[in-house]
Amino acid sequence: MSLTTASRSAAGRSTTPPGGGPRRRKRPLLGTNPFGLLLSAPYLIFVLAVFAYPLVFAFWMSFHDYYFAAPGAQVDRPFVGLENFREVLADPAIIRSFGNVGTFLLINVPLTVVLSLVLATALNKAVRFRTFLRVSYYVPYVTASVAVVGVWIFLFSGNGLVNQILGPLAPEPAWLINETWAMPTIAIFVTWKGLGFFILLYLAALQNVSEELYEAAATDGAGKIRMFFSVTVPGVRPATVLVLLLSTVTGANLFTEPYLLTGGGGPNGASSSPVLMMYQRGIEQGSPDTAAAIGVILVIGVLILAFVQRKLAGGDES
Amino acid sequence: MSRGQNILRSVVLTVGALVFLFPFYYMVIGSLQEEPDPTVAGAFPNPANLTLDNYSDINGRINLLQGLLNSGIFTGGVILCTVVFGVLVGYALAQLQWRGRGVTFALALLVQVVPFQLLMIPLYVMIARDYGLADNYLGMILPFAINSTAVIIFRQYFLQIPKELFDAARIDGAGELRILRRIALPLVRPALLTVVLLTFIGPWNEFLWPFLITKEASLQPLAVSLANYLSNVAATAANPFGAVLAGACVLAGPAVILFILFQRHFVSNNIGSGVKG
Repeated sequence: MSLTTASRSAAGRSTTPPGGGPRRRKRPLLGTNPFGLLLSAPYLIFVLAVFAYPLVFAFWMSFHDYYFAAPGAQVDRPFVGLENFREVLADPAIIRSFGNVGTFLLINVPLTVVLSLVLATALNKAVRFRTFLRVSYYVPYVTASVAVVGVWIFLFSGNGLVNQILGPLAPEPAWLINETWAMPTIAIFVTWKGLGFFILLYLAALQNVSEELYEAAATDGAGKIRMFFSVTVPGVRPATVLVLLLSTVTGANLFTEPYLLTGGGGPNGASSSPVLMMYQRGIEQGSPDTAAAIGVILVIGVLILAFVQRKLAGGDES
Repeated sequence: MSRGQNILRSVVLTVGALVFLFPFYYMVIGSLQEEPDPTVAGAFPNPANLTLDNYSDINGRINLLQGLLNSGIFTGGVILCTVVFGVLVGYALAQLQWRGRGVTFALALLVQVVPFQLLMIPLYVMIARDYGLADNYLGMILPFAINSTAVIIFRQYFLQIPKELFDAARIDGAGELRILRRIALPLVRPALLTVVLLTFIGPWNEFLWPFLITKEASLQPLAVSLANYLSNVAATAANPFGAVLAGACVLAGPAVILFILFQRHFVSNNIGSGVKG
């Protein structure tokens, strides 16, 4: 949606030659109120410096032999074509991290969409303890990951509370040091942590679903379940597209949780994530070019996923 | 709507809420226990056995007050920049006609889906290496300085104010600067609290960026020093979990308290529209 707006305005600008061209009297060069441009200048400079330039820099870096040099030193950084990408794709640890994040998304994204929609629908109709209920679901979202990670390690440790309750059903070795369970445990943690925000988005979307549709459905004899699937779900479809997109983007950027919950992607790299690999390769091992290539591959992956989700969820009208 | 369904819904919601809150309860209880007790009974200890030892223990290892102060400076800087510059852009986007307005609005939306992690390496090179801003509050604040969601919320807010109000002032001969100071800024006050709350969450809880660029312990925000403690030295403490949980309570406390006090302003419609545009 925003992409089309941006490209259209950019195209519109390029047709009028800057400055010297034939100026239409109706619209001055900088608009009727150029003061707005002045007010927005700090923000525009910020976006250019912190988003646009680094974005271009990241792409540039991924095609060059880039390394850290002493400040001010003039060094040669030759163009190496796809060499960095070849290095990334030949590294089994990095390939594994992409697989891990795939597992993560397969658990986290559907769980997030279903739970947040169901909980938001229930919360929307709840009358009693409304404030208490909302606050309880939002609180994990407003708390730092670093703070709650400590409790989760304690809860899911070998003789932690979760295993004590499960008794003989507890996995061996414990959750976070178990190759099979490490990533799913992280996915559950992230779902729990972020759910409040997505409930908030769905609650906003539910206010836009017309009450008349529910009344009409009730007249036609639809039950609660039927109403949920035939009125609520299609009614909040634009929000679903947004929730899918945002949870995929945040999921693909997983770093803090594997870094702290599983001590940097353990056991045996079973819970490493691409961003964790970017940190290790780029900053710890000093090859920012490889890290930039991982980042570019990650972003292309997210874009493809987002495109597929949009097709599937049919968000064209949003 | 049947009574049975109502009760069922309330029960499910309440049980869900308790599951969501339990880790927080466990965090507080764990931080007050002398010995870690992972049994079920340990979740409901005798109040007489509770102690504050873990808090002094963690304070001896990482300077809690300094950490809180650093988090406060980092967060405060971001909030200040966001409020000052965000109000200006929000007003310009909603009420003024100027070339580039559409592009600016599209950028504010687009920026929210750009993954920060892709920018992490180039930003690190620029800020830490080129500008020499590692171990510096300015370097911490810079990438977060203006929160784009806040910009959209301000814009949304100014859109609700009738244009005639501003036009009338213009007809009366007020300059743009005067209109901004005398009309726009006083009107925006109700949106301010929402923006401050929303902006607060970001830097206060941020780990990755300050972790990358602060190596000096005396400059690290609490989230970073606690995480370093968690991954490095926890093994050497007498009651490592108790100490970690005590630090976690100190880190989570301000955000949770602020949120509960002002949860009324954390309104779904404001933030929902902020993200959707």
